[in-house]
Amino acid sequence: MALYPSVLELIGNTPLVDISALSPNPLARLFIKLEGQNPGGSVKDRVALSMVEQAERDGILVPGKPDQILMEPSSGNTGIGLAMVCRVKGYALKVVMPTNVSIERRQLLELWGAEIIESPGSEGSNGAVRMARGLAAEHLEWVFLYQYGNRANPQAHYEGTGPEVLRDCPGITHFVAGLGTSGTLLGVGRYLREKLGESIQIWAVEPPSGEMVDGLRNLDDGYIPPIFEELGGADLLDRKTVVRPRESIEWTRRLTDVGVFAGISTGAAVAGAIKCAASLGVDEEASIVVVSADGGWKYLSTGAWTDDIDEVTERAKGIIYF
Amino acid sequence: MAAEVRLPTVLRAHAGGASVVTLSGATIGEVLGKLVAEYPGMEGQVVQADGSLHKFVNIYVNDDDVRYLQGVDTPVPDGAEISILPAVAGG
Repeated sequence: MALYPSVLELIGNTPLVDISALSPNPLARLFIKLEGQNPGGSVKDRVALSMVEQAERDGILVPGKPDQILMEPSSGNTGIGLAMVCRVKGYALKVVMPTNVSIERRQLLELWGAEIIESPGSEGSNGAVRMARGLAAEHLEWVFLYQYGNRANPQAHYEGTGPEVLRDCPGITHFVAGLGTSGTLLGVGRYLREKLGESIQIWAVEPPSGEMVDGLRNLDDGYIPPIFEELGGADLLDRKTVVRPRESIEWTRRLTDVGVFAGISTGAAVAGAIKCAASLGVDEEASIVVVSADGGWKYLSTGAWTDDIDEVTERAKGIIYF
Repeated sequence: MAAEVRLPTVLRAHAGGASVVTLSGATIGEVLGKLVAEYPGMEGQVVQADGSLHKFVNIYVNDDDVRYLQGVDTPVPDGAEISILPAVAGG
């Protein structure tokens, strides 16, 4: 179909591309799911639409009713996806976002008409979550969808991303994705585990954000998304690996060799997939699917592709890219 | 086995500002036990009283989260890099 009644119909059904040319292991095929192809530019379009439509079904949001305000903490992509969905549907949106995100993330929120409420950059996303929870308690008239605790987040991946992955790569053996809210891993992971049992390995990739977020007063300021605990995330994952900023940038650059222009978190996820490919046993064949959360457009200002790698790496330590 | 332990900003004050300390132990549990013995300010911050990992702490051995290996019983190879990172959200 080439004619759509609304841009929101373009969310999902993203392409899967063979990038085995980057695999260090000839027996390990590598496929990347390009979530940057969503109309709002990231995987979070799925989550935004899923949460808003669930709230409409629950009567929390009423289509067409004036003066409905949503408020959400986000390091960027969920805020941008929600801002696009809200603009199309006629809702107002306030996004609580740390100050240390790329300038393009702010610009995109502004162009969709969202109001940005700044939280301290030194506290990272944890600080944005804390501030948003406080604001939600003060403003009961605002709709707080709360992506970290909203089951419509992983459900979007259980119903959409997961079936798409299996449809396009029926021989999948490993699924690799970044761990932010844990929605992608929970939704796709549970779907694949139900369909393929223990033959599928679920790998999570994290940036060393906790090292860079220096505003934590103590470790009790740490944060685990409620959906991760409620839906048994720890039992679902087989491996979790940390990928450092330099490696993330290196793989973000390497991806251009196969024509993929993706965000810095994709570089991290691909680095994780490469570790996965390198960890296989002798004669073990694998089909590894890795998620590219967004395209590279929002990170041009970081100089990630063109500037000196040491300088870019230092800069990346100061911004939130997950 | 000797390992380099990388500390997050939030714990460095308890180690005289050091970002990396060298400790030895056959398992993660042993290394973390020595860490707390040497820097008592970290008591309760990394490992709980029952010996399990603090809920909001992730420990990585050569970039792999030990919760998905053998937890505190995960072996520490000689020359390993151990990272202690607070749990942080994304999204």
